[in-house]
Amino acid sequence: MSPLALLARLGRLVLSVLASFGRVTLFALDAVSHILRPPYYPRELAVALLNIGWLSLPVVGLTAIFTGGALALQIYAGGARFNAEAVVPQIVAIGMVRELGPVLVGLMIAARVTSSIAAEIATMKVTEQIDALVTLSTHPMKYLTAPRVLAALITVPLLVGIGDIIGIMGGYTVAVQNLGFNAAAYLQNTVDFLETRDVVSSLVKGAVFGVIAAVMGCYYGMNSGRGAQGVGRATKGSVEAAAVLILAANFVLTGVFFSI
Amino acid sequence: MIRMENVHKAFGPNRVLQGMNLEVPRGTSMVIIGGSGTGKSVALKCVLGLIKPDSGKIYVDGKDAADTSDRDAFLARFGMLFQGGALFDSLPVWQNVAFRLLRGSLKRPQAEAREIAIEKLRRVGLKPDVADRFPAELSGGMQKRVGLARAIAAEPEIIFFDEPTTGLDPIMAGVINELIREIVTEMGATAMTITHDMTSVRAIADNVAMLHGGVIQWTGPVAQMDDSGDPYLDQFIHGRAEGPIEAVR
Repeated sequence: MSPLALLARLGRLVLSVLASFGRVTLFALDAVSHILRPPYYPRELAVALLNIGWLSLPVVGLTAIFTGGALALQIYAGGARFNAEAVVPQIVAIGMVRELGPVLVGLMIAARVTSSIAAEIATMKVTEQIDALVTLSTHPMKYLTAPRVLAALITVPLLVGIGDIIGIMGGYTVAVQNLGFNAAAYLQNTVDFLETRDVVSSLVKGAVFGVIAAVMGCYYGMNSGRGAQGVGRATKGSVEAAAVLILAANFVLTGVFFSI
Repeated sequence: MIRMENVHKAFGPNRVLQGMNLEVPRGTSMVIIGGSGTGKSVALKCVLGLIKPDSGKIYVDGKDAADTSDRDAFLARFGMLFQGGALFDSLPVWQNVAFRLLRGSLKRPQAEAREIAIEKLRRVGLKPDVADRFPAELSGGMQKRVGLARAIAAEPEIIFFDEPTTGLDPIMAGVINELIREIVTEMGATAMTITHDMTSVRAIADNVAMLHGGVIQWTGPVAQMDDSGDPYLDQFIHGRAEGPIEAVR
């Protein structure tokens, strides 16, 4: 292949990535505009709050408790190399609240919620349910996308907050039961060490990750191809895109909150 | 009255509609026939605005269908029965039927909407106990009837039927055909149906249009269909493999 052809191919790739980014951005802005403008669908919002928030609690709780426990063991073992075992409560707290809590909850939401939103909406598209909505004078963005994005914006920060607490409790349990830490001192160290900025960054990350997860699920669902293969592709693409965007957004937000 | 003037629509290199002209007078039942992939569904979706034509005009009672200034009011005049039913899986049957009556400009109190839904279900031959079941719990024929009940729930002036008997056994197909004929007559609605099923055509149609090659090949009253002298229509209605329409498309 000639260098010129290679350059042309690279150019096409860059343009296609930029075009996709533009389409997703316009879709997200459209979703936000539908959240703000009536009519509203409170029943759809309630169902989305239940599905995205309440029903994600078990997987978020289990992920957080095991991660917090493992983190305590790792920090204890690593800290022992330079006689710093005592930092377990502080590092578990900061690690869970600043990074692991939001990122793991975000990825779990991408796995659980983004996939289910994309598969549901893609199936609705394939079976003409989206066309049926339009013929029944109901805007699909308003009825399907707006409630899901709003529900994710509300519930994912709460899930992150709960995940942070459960993760810290996982570390606490392991530290107190297995590593010989004093229970009261562990909790005191955790509370003393955490700053407001840590908690705020965690919740803001949760809100951003929630919006990314819901928007990507809806975008891929609404733009799915035909048949079972189309639904499969939409589901796979939505989870991949949501996971990568969540990790990229985490990097950017960490920079915004903590770069000195 | 619905009027389509020189409507073109292509999907990439596939030119589906190539200058379709059609008139459906108010209060009549028009059936569009034609082979698979000839653009019958595309034509219906163009009228509803679900697909935007590349060129040409579509008028509904003289109003340009492309005018989106009051889309809600425009769509409120239509009811549509989709080929696969297109019922919302997450809602019980009665909420599917009363969908339009539970939200938007036609919103009614929930109890009244439910009552109307049950009455419409009864109209299509379903018992009230079906109302609280979910679409996935129903047979194909029952789903079609629920779809029909939903299409007529808000008493639209214009009803579209997309292959209403496809996938049904002959007896159920006959029941659906009869229901469509009765409902269209008693509501005085304008109906547009697309189908391959010649039994349906004879049961439902006042007028027939045959779509082939992206244009209306023949149109006229159903009574003249058998003596049209049009070789395309003749081949289609008699299901012959030999003729001007290529059997392998």
